[in-house]
Amino acid sequence: MKEYEPTIIAFVCNWCTYTAADLAGTSRLIQPHNVRLIRMMCTGMVDPKYVIKSLLEGADAVLISGCHPGDCHYINGNLKARRRVKLLKEILPRFGFDERRLKMTWIGASEGIDFAETVRSMVLEIKALGPNEARRQIM
Amino acid sequence: MAKRAMMEVVDQDPVASLQILFGRLLEDAEIGAVLVAQHLNKGGVPMPALVTDPERFEYADPLAPAFPINAAKIVSRLSRRPAGDTVAAVLRPCEIRAFIELVKLKQGNMHDVLLLGIDCLGAFGNTDYARYVEGKGSRSSVDFLTAAIQGKTSTEDGLDISPACKACEHPVPENADVIIGMLGVDVKSSLFLYAGTPRGEELLSKLNFSEIREPEDRRSAVVELLERRIAYRDRMFEKTTEATADLEKLTAYLANCVNCYNCRVACPVCYCKECVFLTDVFDHEPAQYLRWARRKGILKMPSDTIFYHLTRLAHMSTACVGCGQCSNACPNNIPVMELFRTIAACTQRAFGYEAGRSADDEPPLSAFREREFSEVTGGKD
Repeated sequence: MKEYEPTIIAFVCNWCTYTAADLAGTSRLIQPHNVRLIRMMCTGMVDPKYVIKSLLEGADAVLISGCHPGDCHYINGNLKARRRVKLLKEILPRFGFDERRLKMTWIGASEGIDFAETVRSMVLEIKALGPNEARRQIM
Repeated sequence: MAKRAMMEVVDQDPVASLQILFGRLLEDAEIGAVLVAQHLNKGGVPMPALVTDPERFEYADPLAPAFPINAAKIVSRLSRRPAGDTVAAVLRPCEIRAFIELVKLKQGNMHDVLLLGIDCLGAFGNTDYARYVEGKGSRSSVDFLTAAIQGKTSTEDGLDISPACKACEHPVPENADVIIGMLGVDVKSSLFLYAGTPRGEELLSKLNFSEIREPEDRRSAVVELLERRIAYRDRMFEKTTEATADLEKLTAYLANCVNCYNCRVACPVCYCKECVFLTDVFDHEPAQYLRWARRKGILKMPSDTIFYHLTRLAHMSTACVGCGQCSNACPNNIPVMELFRTIAACTQRAFGYEAGRSADDEPPLSAFREREFSEVTGGKD
């Protein structure tokens, strides 16, 4: 039987994590192919409903990754994003979502190695967790 | 300056006595208009009305156990920009708390509004109130009040105040300029007025009330009521948490939802002019529905019900004051207030926030610091 391959939706910031992902690619760092990158101008643009929709439609996990605090291109978008993730981590587990399905990280533009490592460890973690049943559970 | 005062009740009728007080606000206290619930239909459900003529309070009845609308929205409408005169708004505690949230969201202003809060013994749902009041005369509000103060809110024909009111731990108004107290006094002989702010003190002085001490029984009456309500609330939290513990259960809980979005319309703190769920973002192509249906094998229509409710929780739960208008507005009697309040309790606790507590608290999603919640990002700052 084919091994279960999770789908991870990653909302990444144009100025840092997206560039880090690009760097990881051009540096030919080997990473699993489970992540679907969505480039945002800032993690501060990630409305909670994007995360909710992703998880309800069957994404196995969502990664939000932006600039380190103090480095945001728009001064504080990443800090707003952190509060929203905090909020979602309060709401979603109450309806049976495993908290590990939503992850937030800070990965700067030069941290390609960090990006590849984040993806690798997240894929392993979600594989161990198993598929997100949300799509099956709601009609 | 009077901080606490006793207002005498005429003819054992606190409603008529308050009508006289409201008239005096216009005549003696330099108030331009009074916003107060009135039986506009000479009976029936009282609706908020803006009164400028001291003779037009004959149907005013802020003590009626009816709650057709959270008037915070009305006060927001009246105070978004300077109105040129002071409006005194007679409100329930949850209306004041919702208004505080709206002020923080820049949807209203406290400068031109004088908040008169009334002790709240609860209210029936809309249809229940219509049944309750039917055939009863003008004394129905006083009858309800005297029984409710004794702890009896249910009627012989099985009506009772709404679950939101039974679970409400804020029967005494906070942040009001003047509080009209009924707990701990004999409402057929007097009402207890006290000032919560310097502006309230000024008002009581203009009305020539003299200072008294707080009625002895008031504190114990409040404590007793709170105990009952908190016990009910905690049972409700437990039951609702269990009933919505996973997505299958949540789907069953919301099975009767027809996506009318009435809960959003009735919600005093859902203030967006245009809700995203009403935009063409959700006006999907017919082929899109078929694709979804094919993928799942079955698609509930109208779609996006769970998505809507979870998103609404993310948007408003930190501002939820638990007024229960969502449940009041639900055409299919889904216990939405129970769900929203249960989640709101968690999200507000997570941010050390309490909706409506103070105009000085920062709304959790409007404020942020460089160093906080490092657990969200795996311990890294």
